[in-house]
Amino acid sequence: MSETLDLTKLIFGRLSLEAIPYHEPILVGTFCMVALGGLAAFIAMTYFRLWGPFWRNWVTSIDHKRIGIMYIVLGVVMLLRGFADALMMRAQQALSFGDAHGFLPPHHYDQVFTAHGVIMIFFVAMPLVTGLMNYVVPLQIGARDVAFPFLNNFSFWMTTFGAVLVMASLFIGEFARTGWLAYPPLSGILGSPDVGVDYYIWSLQIAGVGTLLSGVNLIATIVKMRAPGMTLMKMPVFTWTALCTNVLIVVTFPVLTAVLAMLSMDRYVGTNFFTNDLGGNAMMYVNLIWIWGHPEVYILVLPAFGVFSEVVPTFTGKRMFGYTSMVYATVVITVLSYLVWLHHFFTMGSGASVNSFFGITTMIISIPTGAKIFNWLFTMYRGRIRFEVPMLWTVGFMITFVLGGMTGVLLAVPPADFVLHNSLFLIAHFHNVIIGGVVFAMFAGITYWFPKAFGFKLDEFWGKCAFWFWFVGFYFAFMPLYVLGLMGVTRRLSHFEDQSLQIWFVIAAFGGALIALGIGSFLLSIFVAILRRKQYRDVTGDPWNARTLEWSTSSPPPDYNFAFTPVVYDRDAWADMKKAGFVRPLSGFVDIHMPKSTAAGFTIAALSAVMGFALIWQMWLLAGLSFVAMMVAIIKHTFNYNRDFYIKADEVVRTEEERTRLLAQHG
Amino acid sequence: MAEMTHSHTGTVSADPSARFYQKHHHPENGTLLGFWLYLMSDCLIFACLFITYAVLGHNYAAGPSGADAFDLPTVALNTSLLLFSSITYGFAMLEMQRKQLSRVLVWLAITGLLGAGFISLELTEFAHLIHEGAGPQRSGFLTAFFSLVGTHGLHVTFGIVWLVTLMFQLKKHGLTPENVRRLTCLSMFWHFLDVVWIGVFTFVYLMGVL
Repeated sequence: MSETLDLTKLIFGRLSLEAIPYHEPILVGTFCMVALGGLAAFIAMTYFRLWGPFWRNWVTSIDHKRIGIMYIVLGVVMLLRGFADALMMRAQQALSFGDAHGFLPPHHYDQVFTAHGVIMIFFVAMPLVTGLMNYVVPLQIGARDVAFPFLNNFSFWMTTFGAVLVMASLFIGEFARTGWLAYPPLSGILGSPDVGVDYYIWSLQIAGVGTLLSGVNLIATIVKMRAPGMTLMKMPVFTWTALCTNVLIVVTFPVLTAVLAMLSMDRYVGTNFFTNDLGGNAMMYVNLIWIWGHPEVYILVLPAFGVFSEVVPTFTGKRMFGYTSMVYATVVITVLSYLVWLHHFFTMGSGASVNSFFGITTMIISIPTGAKIFNWLFTMYRGRIRFEVPMLWTVGFMITFVLGGMTGVLLAVPPADFVLHNSLFLIAHFHNVIIGGVVFAMFAGITYWFPKAFGFKLDEFWGKCAFWFWFVGFYFAFMPLYVLGLMGVTRRLSHFEDQSLQIWFVIAAFGGALIALGIGSFLLSIFVAILRRKQYRDVTGDPWNARTLEWSTSSPPPDYNFAFTPVVYDRDAWADMKKAGFVRPLSGFVDIHMPKSTAAGFTIAALSAVMGFALIWQMWLLAGLSFVAMMVAIIKHTFNYNRDFYIKADEVVRTEEERTRLLAQHG
Repeated sequence: MAEMTHSHTGTVSADPSARFYQKHHHPENGTLLGFWLYLMSDCLIFACLFITYAVLGHNYAAGPSGADAFDLPTVALNTSLLLFSSITYGFAMLEMQRKQLSRVLVWLAITGLLGAGFISLELTEFAHLIHEGAGPQRSGFLTAFFSLVGTHGLHVTFGIVWLVTLMFQLKKHGLTPENVRRLTCLSMFWHFLDVVWIGVFTFVYLMGVL
């Protein structure tokens, strides 16, 4: 009897049928929707025989453009999940007053706010930012791909399988109930003995490897693969911000990896990193995770600044004002972002001198940020501004982000922070900068580069609706939280006794509903554009009359991006080329050296997700087997020496002639 | 977009646009830089572990201290094995420059054996400590010690796996540009582990028994 028990435990670990939450109607409903959607997608893919092309052209693709698009799709899909969590929280807080207890029990509510934070940062903002960088950077610097195309594919699949683990926690077991940074001792084995924190740890570890490698990849790409003539100070600002962001990724994600590994050692092996007894130190976790966490917000917002720095010159028809100061501001933010982490826990009690140091560095970081705002404003000054959708997002950003930045400076004052710490004021502040900064930038960026990626523009009407719903919805959703925070309401509460607060939460929920309409409008702008793709088509490759190299090639660009390597003489290389009356070369094409697709990245990442799942449920046998399989897959991949091929010159000729024909047709 | 339109008459020989492109794709070799970046990120993992050791290193929780737990002669032997393995790896690289494949393989084998010796001594030390009741669960100090030294050991282990794999690949393909690049990367990795070990030896062992 005990032998069979042991065998079951070896194979299934802690996993049993009880882990399936069939007694929670919300989860069962969600599962049915996901299952139906999945089934419909499966049938459609099979019916239209799309599995083969999907596998060949997307899953195994090492083309940075396709990988960039896949990252953005991942980010948008996860946005729907993270936003569903947000709506549930808004609804719960609007309803749960006095005798009413809303529809979410605390046990579930705590998972919802944890999942919301984790998903929005790691699986929405990060994939969107990485996706844009992946798509745009090689094109902006005149390269044919990234430095390590295989690693790029592998990074994407690691991120995706991290997201898959988070999604699995919805239906198998549960997610962490600790808040998005999982502070011990609550996240320790005594505070959280179940699988939630393990899901948290392994999904972030797997996704973190992907992020780190994509950081290494993009730095090497930007440093080594710029077109001839593109010196550092001739790089587009978006590429500069991408460089700085990836430097931050490479210097901070190892810290996250290390601190999560320590937490998992505490949980699995019983070590004493962050325990309360035997010489552990829980505050060390808080320090380490914020040494990653603070630069992380700049990892997200620097590329956002980069997007606006592309949008503003394009839609005002002018060069960027203060390019040099823009670059220096970016670099200064990169450095300073590493020196402010303690402002997340002034209340720890590290003393007046330490708190003052971090308070002052925090205030200083607003200076380069302010300089950027002035640069955008001066670029717009006396420009011929076209208020198309990306520009709307930009102006919305400038208003909203300045407001959020100012409340940040308020929080940087330690005595004020002692009052506002962990209150809804803080929640309002960081949503103010992340939505106003990162999210608005991602919508601006997606709208701006969509015609480059697909050859037709997004629908403008629905794009404008998306902007206005988001913009107004944001203020309705978060201004009440500032008020509530000042009144002393703390974060992460699922129930309130004071009825006088309810009206503010109802207003916030209304804002949430407006944002839902904003997301819906954004999706509609894509669907409508796909339906009217002929009408919205752009054959020039340069629909916005833009200024940087990515607009010099066709939309969508050919696999090889550029038939010839561009040579750069000026910042805004494409504007310079247009001014000089550049004529596209039509002959003399040569073979182009390209990397080959491979399934290795997908396989290794999938095996790592299996290992993560096995470790979460303590299925030691499966964990061991999948680890061995992963090692074998890695070693096998290193025995593959046949990794590239040539696109023949006649194929290049055919592609380029096709473009010439299209251009002539549309004159 | 007047400048985008053009006729089908073909290119003009004295084309003013020609200065904006070049036919031959400029060479790029990012692998060594990329690998170096990876090493620096790895270095930060060690930095975290060193910091952890600095914070927890005196939290003995009434258990053994460094002076009680460490056996310096073993560690000295261990250290010399690892340092010698770096030298022998250097010899392998010199032979690589001279295109002497078989000698490269011999020096790599010696390097791998020295690394394996290092790992087995470390494992013996760990087993001894755990047997004495001074395992990683005993105190904050031992937690930090085992994780720092163990992470280094894990790196050396993966280095050995990589080294053996690379020896097979060298036998199969010879000193091709790909393999030279791989040898260079592993060389950086191996020396990096040496540098980290010097830190471990100094801060953990020497200062621990002071």
